[in-house]
Amino acid sequence: MNKLNRDQMAARVARDIPEGAVVNLGIGLPTLVANHLPKDREILLHSENGVLGMGPAPAAGEEDYDLINAGKQPVTLLRGGSFFHHADSFGMMRGGHLDFCVLGAFQVSACGDLANWHTGAPDAIPAVGGAMDLAIGAKQVFVMMEHLTKQGESKIVEHCSYPVTGVGCVNRIYTDLAVIDVTEQGLRVLEIVEGLSIEELVRMSGVPMRRAQAKAYA
Amino acid sequence: MINKIVSTVEEAVAGIDDGATVMIGGFGPAGQPAELVDALIAQGAKDLTIVNNNAGNGETGLAALLKARRVRKIICSFPRQVDSQVFDALYRAGDIELELVPQGNLAERIRAAGAGIGGFFTPTGYGTDLAKGKETRLINGRGYVLEFPIHADFALIKAERGDRWGNLVYRKTARNFAPIMATAARCAVVQVHEIVELGALDPEAIVTPGIFVKRVVRVASSAAASDAGSQAA
Repeated sequence: MNKLNRDQMAARVARDIPEGAVVNLGIGLPTLVANHLPKDREILLHSENGVLGMGPAPAAGEEDYDLINAGKQPVTLLRGGSFFHHADSFGMMRGGHLDFCVLGAFQVSACGDLANWHTGAPDAIPAVGGAMDLAIGAKQVFVMMEHLTKQGESKIVEHCSYPVTGVGCVNRIYTDLAVIDVTEQGLRVLEIVEGLSIEELVRMSGVPMRRAQAKAYA
Repeated sequence: MINKIVSTVEEAVAGIDDGATVMIGGFGPAGQPAELVDALIAQGAKDLTIVNNNAGNGETGLAALLKARRVRKIICSFPRQVDSQVFDALYRAGDIELELVPQGNLAERIRAAGAGIGGFFTPTGYGTDLAKGKETRLINGRGYVLEFPIHADFALIKAERGDRWGNLVYRKTARNFAPIMATAARCAVVQVHEIVELGALDPEAIVTPGIFVKRVVRVASSAAASDAGSQAA
């Protein structure tokens, strides 16, 4: 089967971000989506530390460490961009003003629970940052992750075994194998990679999934 | 004549008692009031409760305050970072108390304190471990968690320019927590890159009106140091 690599996954997510959308891209894999946003669409990137209209990384030597993203990397500001304090920034999320956020995940459950902040290991130092605010704070929450762990276990699960970040908050999952919507009737496969059957995907995932009119996924 | 300008960082942090709750601005390197934190270390107050987004990076600033064992408790959203070794060691040894708060709840609890709100219901964290033991409510079919304000005795923050009334403007993402922390503390102390005459700040552009500020001190540093290259929120 033709598994998607990280850039192909990012490109696929980017295709679903429409003209005019305000988007927050989570730290890690979702950050790659910025590189693939269609140039002919005006899309505003939000960063929870207080930027709307975030631009790409600056050229070497042009870094300004007063202008950083949520991952604390130097960024730039587009013409028309703005700065604001943290309460306003999280109000933009919680208040439902963001159109999309794209998040990484350890696990997503069949009913859209998200686990992405803590492994729950007893010796782990917990840290949450903006993960819980993002999980509940955008009109559409997209998750982008590998379908299986390195050990081959499905990250789409019946119930999250890791501590949850948000309950029933995920709308769509993009993996290296498929695009899956979380609906009230359960998981619905929209696209699947060439060479993989829905039956095989369901078997690997261990979670029931219905077939939409599944298209080739690339 | 109202004059909130003090001439040294020592004067700026005077009166921070043992056991005080101190908010410290900054998100990553941006907006860290590094010189005020250094002055607080030198001042010697201990048994502090610190409110910050993180729990110190490297060995300087907040990390140095922790290392000097002046902090009893930290309220933050993201303590664990690649260079949070000072916090990590204290935490694993049970030598510091951690109250972990989702970042938006942290911001809103600070804002609520400054705005005189007694508590609020937020959807963030509902159904998670961080809401355990907290009062919840279904409002229009959605779950919310009751959160309370975080008040502070002092806030140490950084701004770009200020005047003798305490009016402030910030620089880019260095603004982050500073405007809300200024409102939530009994005594907000600000280090500014530049002090300007009254009237020099455009009244339409002032971000923090002087009413929220008690002390302003000039520290001639500008943009955040580039060596604080930690990652993650």
